[in-house]
Amino acid sequence: MSVKPLSYYRERYIRFQPSPFCPGCGNGTILNCFVRAIDELGIPRERVLCVSGIGCSAWIPSPNLRGDTLHTTHGRAIAFATGAKVYNPHLYTVVFTGDGDGAGIGGNHLIHAARRNIDITVILVNNLSYAMTGGQIAPTTLHGLRTTTSPYGNPEHPFDLVKLAAAAGATYVARWTTYHVVELTRSIKEALRHRGFSFIEVLSQCPTQQRRLFGLRGPMRTLPSRIVEMFAEGTYLRGRPLKGSYLYALPEGDPEEVLRDVGEALRDLEASARLVDHIAFGRVVRVDAEDLEEAAGRLRALGGLRRLADATEGKIEVGVFVEEERPEFTESLREVIRRAEVRP
Amino acid sequence: MLTPGRHLVLGNIACAEGALRAGCRFFAGYPITPANEIAQYMSQELPRVGGYYVQMEDELASMAAVIGASWAGAKAMTATSGPGFSLMQENISYAYMTETPCVVVDVQRSGPSTGQATMPSQQDVYQARYGAHGDYEAVALTPWSVQEMFDLTVRAFNLAERLRMPVLLLADGMIGHMSESLIVPEEVEVVDRRRPTGPECTPFDTDDPSLIPEMPLFGEGYELLVTGSAHRPSGRRDYTPIYMERKLWRIREKVLRAEPEIRDVVEYELGDAEVAVLSYGASARPSFGAVRRARGRSLRVGMLRLRALWPFPEEVVSRLAEGVEEIVVVEMNMGKIIREVERAVCGRCRVSLVSRVGGVLPTLGEVYEAIGRAVR
Repeated sequence: MSVKPLSYYRERYIRFQPSPFCPGCGNGTILNCFVRAIDELGIPRERVLCVSGIGCSAWIPSPNLRGDTLHTTHGRAIAFATGAKVYNPHLYTVVFTGDGDGAGIGGNHLIHAARRNIDITVILVNNLSYAMTGGQIAPTTLHGLRTTTSPYGNPEHPFDLVKLAAAAGATYVARWTTYHVVELTRSIKEALRHRGFSFIEVLSQCPTQQRRLFGLRGPMRTLPSRIVEMFAEGTYLRGRPLKGSYLYALPEGDPEEVLRDVGEALRDLEASARLVDHIAFGRVVRVDAEDLEEAAGRLRALGGLRRLADATEGKIEVGVFVEEERPEFTESLREVIRRAEVRP
Repeated sequence: MLTPGRHLVLGNIACAEGALRAGCRFFAGYPITPANEIAQYMSQELPRVGGYYVQMEDELASMAAVIGASWAGAKAMTATSGPGFSLMQENISYAYMTETPCVVVDVQRSGPSTGQATMPSQQDVYQARYGAHGDYEAVALTPWSVQEMFDLTVRAFNLAERLRMPVLLLADGMIGHMSESLIVPEEVEVVDRRRPTGPECTPFDTDDPSLIPEMPLFGEGYELLVTGSAHRPSGRRDYTPIYMERKLWRIREKVLRAEPEIRDVVEYELGDAEVAVLSYGASARPSFGAVRRARGRSLRVGMLRLRALWPFPEEVVSRLAEGVEEIVVVEMNMGKIIREVERAVCGRCRVSLVSRVGGVLPTLGEVYEAIGRAVR
């Protein structure tokens, strides 16, 4: 990847300053990855059409991004994009959507566009809630999490959007987080080059709403980096063995106390223990140890723990999940025109 | 496409044929009775003229795709019936806000709800006028014959392109499913949207007295900002009241300024009439029969048929009220357009209603009886 100063991208691709997002929002990171991707591919601005719906994600392209933008109704961006792409297939048509917009109210359009394999790239920003409206339950909110409409814990289960898109027929499917900026930029480039329906889910931090969602404490300014670190901790790369050997100790009560006890119990081992934010379990003690079995044995004997969790439990798999070829919709429509013309 | 000349076709086919002649090259739709033949014919004929038929997953998506295609440069349409028309309303509102030319055909059926799917009504006339949220002026045309399904569809496209807005064709299950002769002309008048010529463009305001801005397209390098949120003339989102007030005033006023041109009424024997029958669409047919019978019996009865229902031709009806003693309104609903008539009449003459619902057309006899009561 070539290194260019931020001012280069700002002058070339950004229309208005400042950004409309809350401090620490992941949307800026995603916009950054997107403009780098189109810049590296050398796609001229006038051939990029960004379509979005309603929600914070919709504001990534509109009105900040230079190029054509179509900021539409809630959930329908993919359907609007379908009309534009069919009539002008030369446009690189990119839909920015959120989990509520794209998988909730607009879920039907997502699966049908995937089924058609229309050459549209969907970047779905998943902050696990309806953030713009105040942090309500979304179809991606993890079971048990507290939101403004699930004060006693979410009784629903989330979609696995990668599986959903893949099952519906998307021919390029990836999932990354705002921690994975290099991988995400590469994936956006692959998706733009891909002939067919490409879907990228990006887990993104929302310090404003995820503070409640993840039960995070501490000053607001510390949250963005903490949540991004949580994404690093809470994900594992598809098809790659885990680096190192570690497990998590889930505290019953005060994590600080448990950390002290764990440190004490493992003092004479080649091991280290620290507090981390886990996407599924909250604040937990991560234990890295040479002899993981021995460490686990000692921890099981320890009080103050709910239980132990292994390195991948409750974690989210990231990477590229689908990359395949299938006749593309606008191409098939042109084939329909050829057939109609030869019919007497 | 049909060759120029006379054909015996369904109203729905005439509508689709009119769309093709008007330059429609994109159709997105979702199956619904009694509008299906429009989509079927478009799926067959559009590819032959290099156009695109896309069957969407629902009516929300259909309307969305139509708007997307319009901004990519297509003359685009969809066709549906009452339940589907309800689902389209949010995006029709978006089309008013973004000033997107397109045509929506509602082949009305009997409701509420699923109602009588195969049977006609004129129950969506207010949905056409007020169904979408927010403030706007609607333009809706009401054909009464197969020929008018063709003619008014052409006109709907031309008005949509000229006014830069959605235009509605309010047909009904009877006209849509009726076979009648259609004369396809050698040529039809086709209007295209005004496009910017220079490198600069203000897509959402204009100094032009028509108040209709030029419309740039995606992919032309204008870096378009199209949004359903309140916006400045450039398209940039801005909630400042002056921008939204000006916008709402303009999208209303552009229609009102064009009203004399949109206005489309057919007058019959109104010169010396004491009683006027006012109707539109399918229910104007038995009305016309009744008026002719009454004239045959030397009753001083005339008729006003509305071919453009919205904007309501208030001036015409108001003038009519000066000359007649009673206006008999005939419609296939429980009395909707009669409210507009009463408003225009303002107590200057009597107004009565012949109304049938349940999927049946008012009969010639029923209208004739009402005429009889009106002449006393």
